[in-house]
Amino acid sequence: MLITKRVEFSASHACRNPRLSDRENEELFGAAANPHGHGHNYVLEVTLEGEPDPVTGMVLDLKKLKELVQDEVVEKYDHRFLNFEVPPFDRVVPTPENIAIDVWRRLQPRFAGNGVRLHGVRVYETSDLYVDYFGESA
Amino acid sequence: MIRVTQKFRFSASHRLHAKGLSEDANRELYGKCNNPYGHGHNYEIEVTARGPVDETTGRAVDLRALERLVTEQVVGPLDQKSLNADVAEFQSTVPTTENLAVEIYQRLTQAWRSAFPGEWPVLEKVRIAETPRNIFEIGEAHVQK
Repeated sequence: MLITKRVEFSASHACRNPRLSDRENEELFGAAANPHGHGHNYVLEVTLEGEPDPVTGMVLDLKKLKELVQDEVVEKYDHRFLNFEVPPFDRVVPTPENIAIDVWRRLQPRFAGNGVRLHGVRVYETSDLYVDYFGESA
Repeated sequence: MIRVTQKFRFSASHRLHAKGLSEDANRELYGKCNNPYGHGHNYEIEVTARGPVDETTGRAVDLRALERLVTEQVVGPLDQKSLNADVAEFQSTVPTTENLAVEIYQRLTQAWRSAFPGEWPVLEKVRIAETPRNIFEIGEAHVQK
């Protein structure tokens, strides 16, 4: 069974690769390369796979799931300028693709041994654009 | 691999009327959707592409290329149109959203390589909502090769 928790965070980012020149960044990313950054209200969906516990009837206590996502992701990302304040985005462009991969890396080890497995991470940058990541092998 | 999904919108009219059926059978089958003057929808389509993340750009899909492709192949030709009168495919088939999904998927598949010449990204699926309550999906898994 799959269960999904949805959380939100607001952050600013600039789509810039520090190894490229200003001109190259502008050509590649357009307006999103503005060095002062711009922001989004991100929506994150974290999906776990597991079986309901025969006693509690729950795959994982949703309070616990919320706390975990809060601690590992929302606390770190919310109201931050990702490029300057949240590694690895000092080196890696904070596109929604890379955000999804970073969220996966933060969360995946936290579910080991709980009888549940991280199934997927969905990051909405806007309501019209989202990315899904199901781990390196998928 | 990352899946990137972008949403697009267009508005079009259609009339559901199967040429192989009688007037009565059409009215019975399609009900209000058989109204001879047609009716319209705000269609929403989600296009999902799959690929590895490019290390330099941090992107799995060039969104400008995707937007250009979908605008040229889908939104431009279908927006503010009568599907029955203005789209060649629907001269012979009924513009149900099932058939529309097939048509959109084929248009994107045929033009995909000119928009994305490399190995990646690939088109994974197209999801089309005729209304927020009627949703259709077609993709790699549903197409007979």
